[in-house]
Amino acid sequence: MSEKPKLAMYWASSCGGCEIVTLGIGENLLLVDEVFDLAFFPCIADFKVADVKGYPDGYIDVCLFNGAIRNSENEEMAKLLRQKSKILVAFGSCAYEGCIPALSNLTSREATLRTVFLESPTVDNPEGVLPQPRHQVEEGVLELPYFYHTVRSLDQVVDVDYYIPGCPPEPHQIWAVLQVVVAALTEGAPLPPKGSVVGAGDVAVCEECPLEKHEKTVARFYRPYQVRPEPGLCLLEQGIVCMGPSTRSGCGARCPQVGMGCRGCYGPLPGVEDQGARSLTALASVLDVAGKPGDDEQELEQQVEQAVATIVDPAGTFYRFSMAHSLLRRAKTNGAQKEVVS
Amino acid sequence: MSNENGFEPLIIGFTCNWCSYRAADLAGISRVKYPPNVRLIRLMCSGRLDPLFVLKAFAGGADGVLISGCHPGECHYLEQNYKTLRRVALLRNMLTQFGIEPQRVKLLWASAAEGVRFAEEVSKMVEEVRALGPLNWSQIAGAPEPTDEELTPPDLAPPPSSQSQPVMEAVS
Repeated sequence: MSEKPKLAMYWASSCGGCEIVTLGIGENLLLVDEVFDLAFFPCIADFKVADVKGYPDGYIDVCLFNGAIRNSENEEMAKLLRQKSKILVAFGSCAYEGCIPALSNLTSREATLRTVFLESPTVDNPEGVLPQPRHQVEEGVLELPYFYHTVRSLDQVVDVDYYIPGCPPEPHQIWAVLQVVVAALTEGAPLPPKGSVVGAGDVAVCEECPLEKHEKTVARFYRPYQVRPEPGLCLLEQGIVCMGPSTRSGCGARCPQVGMGCRGCYGPLPGVEDQGARSLTALASVLDVAGKPGDDEQELEQQVEQAVATIVDPAGTFYRFSMAHSLLRRAKTNGAQKEVVS
Repeated sequence: MSNENGFEPLIIGFTCNWCSYRAADLAGISRVKYPPNVRLIRLMCSGRLDPLFVLKAFAGGADGVLISGCHPGECHYLEQNYKTLRRVALLRNMLTQFGIEPQRVKLLWASAAEGVRFAEEVSKMVEEVRALGPLNWSQIAGAPEPTDEELTPPDLAPPPSSQSQPVMEAVS
């Protein structure tokens, strides 16, 4: 039985949704079990890090790594699993491009710790105790992972073979990828080229979206609570922020179909370097603010500024899932500039 | 050229083929003096400016970005400079969240006849950016996390004798 290929799945800085959705492939799990031996899967089976350290290099055939690199433990595990795995997959948006954890790159390590351990209304911490990386007790030194200043994606720490986008990835896409891997391992079928984004489409979400589309011009944008979307009509045309035009397909446009604009979790389209810049361009182009030849230029600029101000949190909206992979990667938080939006 | 603190801002300028590049040209032909801190890149239209260009300029070490096009209503391609205006306004809001001051991104309308004005505005921008200081984005985005040695305090405090929790200093 030990001839079966080895499968591992690990969570770094993530919410656990990737594991849940992997179990969401349903009865196909039995097939996965038939083909693979689990080598490491802390969510569903009792493995220890020491077990992994004991494996020879390259022992794990496929490792699905989800979660961003938030602290020193995440980085250590990423390096360990890279060493022990033949194929390392950045699974889900966090590992692929930072996702929600990387939004804290808009603030600083100090500000995050302050909020979480000192200032949050539910915190009871009168002595101001903060996590320390090392602490001496009678039995010896206790260690905690060090909390990093900047959240990184998996490929910014180790070499990555494939990327599966999505927050979380869709179960049918996970199953499709697993089938390709199984075919490669059992029948010698070719694997996609290294570095590919797998389990996703190559076009924009709009291509998959069944909502009716016309020419898009809006005078302002609305936040989801400010407007009730008209069913069946493109959300962007109704002034609802939607990242569909700048996001990779593969999800089946599930969010727009229930009246929630695409958040952009499947990442940038092929060949796009910075998803946020693309989203910004798409949305700004839709905005049609009055302006005729001969208008006063300052007045025109004021009108435009009012209109773009209806996008309340541009950095968080455009880089909701891709902050770690963005060109700027993080905010400048030291020095005299004003506190960034939380 | 040299300044007291030795900082010379690096500004990347995007000009359109039809108006603002010719304004810069006119400034040159007319021997108008202005600081040499701007590196001009000619686009066919300011509407060609992908916000990516601006991000890339900052990520690559620019201290400021100048975007220049025809006056509204005078665009060679009808209304593309209106789109530029919207994109730059939104981009400025976004860059503020990244801690990049809005003055580092300047939008300047200049017709082909406004060589003197182009030079004046560039001079003004160079001084504004000089006052803001260097941006040095590679140091911000690529700041290293502390190493293992740095995390170990030189002297670990002995364990507290009482049952009270160890009190750690709050980060400021």
